[in-house]
Amino acid sequence: MGMTMTQKILAAHAGLDSVTAGQLIEVNLDLVMGNDVTSPVAIHEMEDKGFEKVFDKDRIALVMDHFTPNKDIKSAENCKKVRTFAKEYGIKNFFDVGKMGIEHALLPEQGLVISGDTVIGADSHTCTYGALGAFSTGVGSTDMAAGMISGRAWFKVPSAIQVKITGNFQKYVSGKDVILHLIGKIGVDGARYRSLEFTGDGIQNLSMDDRFCIANMAIECGAKNGIFPVDEKTLAYMKGRTDRKPVIFEADADAQYDEVVEIDLNTLKPTVSFPHLPENTHTVDEIEKIPIDQVVIGSCTNGRIEDMRAAAEVLRGRTVADGVRVIVIPATQTVYLQCIEEGLTEAFVKAGAIVSTPTCGPCLGGHMGILAAGERAVSTTNRNFVGRMGHPTSEVYLASPYVAAASAVKGYIAAPSDLD
Amino acid sequence: MKIQGKVHKYGDHVDTDVIIPARYLNTGDPKELAAHCMEDIDKNFVEKVQPGDIMVAGVNFGCGSSREHAPIAIKASGVSCVIAKNFARIFYRNALNIGLPILECPEAGDDIENGDEVAVDFDSGIITNLTKNKTYKAEPFPPFIQNIIQKGGLLASLK
Repeated sequence: MGMTMTQKILAAHAGLDSVTAGQLIEVNLDLVMGNDVTSPVAIHEMEDKGFEKVFDKDRIALVMDHFTPNKDIKSAENCKKVRTFAKEYGIKNFFDVGKMGIEHALLPEQGLVISGDTVIGADSHTCTYGALGAFSTGVGSTDMAAGMISGRAWFKVPSAIQVKITGNFQKYVSGKDVILHLIGKIGVDGARYRSLEFTGDGIQNLSMDDRFCIANMAIECGAKNGIFPVDEKTLAYMKGRTDRKPVIFEADADAQYDEVVEIDLNTLKPTVSFPHLPENTHTVDEIEKIPIDQVVIGSCTNGRIEDMRAAAEVLRGRTVADGVRVIVIPATQTVYLQCIEEGLTEAFVKAGAIVSTPTCGPCLGGHMGILAAGERAVSTTNRNFVGRMGHPTSEVYLASPYVAAASAVKGYIAAPSDLD
Repeated sequence: MKIQGKVHKYGDHVDTDVIIPARYLNTGDPKELAAHCMEDIDKNFVEKVQPGDIMVAGVNFGCGSSREHAPIAIKASGVSCVIAKNFARIFYRNALNIGLPILECPEAGDDIENGDEVAVDFDSGIITNLTKNKTYKAEPFPPFIQNIIQKGGLLASLK
């Protein structure tokens, strides 16, 4: 029986000729990742149980991004713990303030994940690297610890939903609208335990940043991973970032899928997810005027250079509405510098936005833009659960950088076309 | 292994942000995490919960973030078992990895109500609702998972 792309990668890493959905397998890992929230728990667990060795110091990545630059003493102690561990074990890929960026933007940018890899990360959005044609999935701190010790992890082989993408975007529509539309269609548990396998000739019209954004939110419909085929754009992205050779896997022609979902990019409109689940989607043209207090543009979902350019395209020469606070967060130091060099930072500041150093901060209600009771934000992040960004009565509306920037100017949820 | 306790009932898609809000993730200390468990959707949970109590919920329990702090907070609050119609996959792994027993049982998730007294036999997977005098059947854990739970977590079981 044919295998999906995900199944082929897993089989290769398990040393098996073939695998089938539901099978329990143990795989070799190419990379184990953790951040400043999850790594301290993993390190504590390792040390507490008396483990003193890691499987490969060059295949562990530790990224201080959630509560950094440290928001309080406890966060600082957590980072100190990871910093000490990295030094003691000689972990090369330790990313501290000055080098760090938001993990899922940073690792692909640094060439630490490439096509064909199998990666676990103690962060649910680790599924982002599916954009590169890698198998990657989120785990907890204990699995991270076991991965750091053994270089291995066990998985139940997932079945898959095939997502067939055709057509091309209308203006001001992007990868974020694709994934919000998909989650709205299948629900927050629509792909629970399964893979999302993206196919179709519309993929050639998706930039790498679109693909990272789409794969990133696969977890928001419960998926184990979301994965894209490798094409010229993927290869061009990886060029010069690594000496390792990408391995290209393709789904078999007779691969089995549980279901097929079709998305025609031509028909997509700017989309927003209402509180308090990402599946509560509406297109911007069908909603009433919803006044807002804050806009966040950034995160592992939408903090890459194309996201910054999209936001700047809308904000340049315009002014943020009275009473709206706009926080722009380039995801990595490289993106941050690019924003300066391309004049995007100037456009943001002149419009009345602030530009922060890379951090996950406000996305998870950590720091750098917490919402008060009853406040409402439009955010390019990935979750709008109760209390996600602050007070339990605050509200988060998820949207693309285009919509977030247009909303910043209008003071209510709007699309860029509303500005003309 | 058998447990018995009073039920705290929740709905569908209980996410890890409400189980333990990120504003408390600057610590991994189980006691500190337990002090804020469920507070954004059930303000009085921490005062109400008694050692041995059972959490029952609908579909997709534990969706969202991979924070292991979520099952740690539930376990440290004294909850002896979580029964749900089904679980989000990362939470499922994390709960077993830290030794928090969890059972999937759609019928129990539908039928059991807040405040019911419930007993669970992990060897057989039989869930008994003592208040309603009914039983439900969940898949029991295979021996290696029971071993992880009894040892108190995955790494402890490896030693």
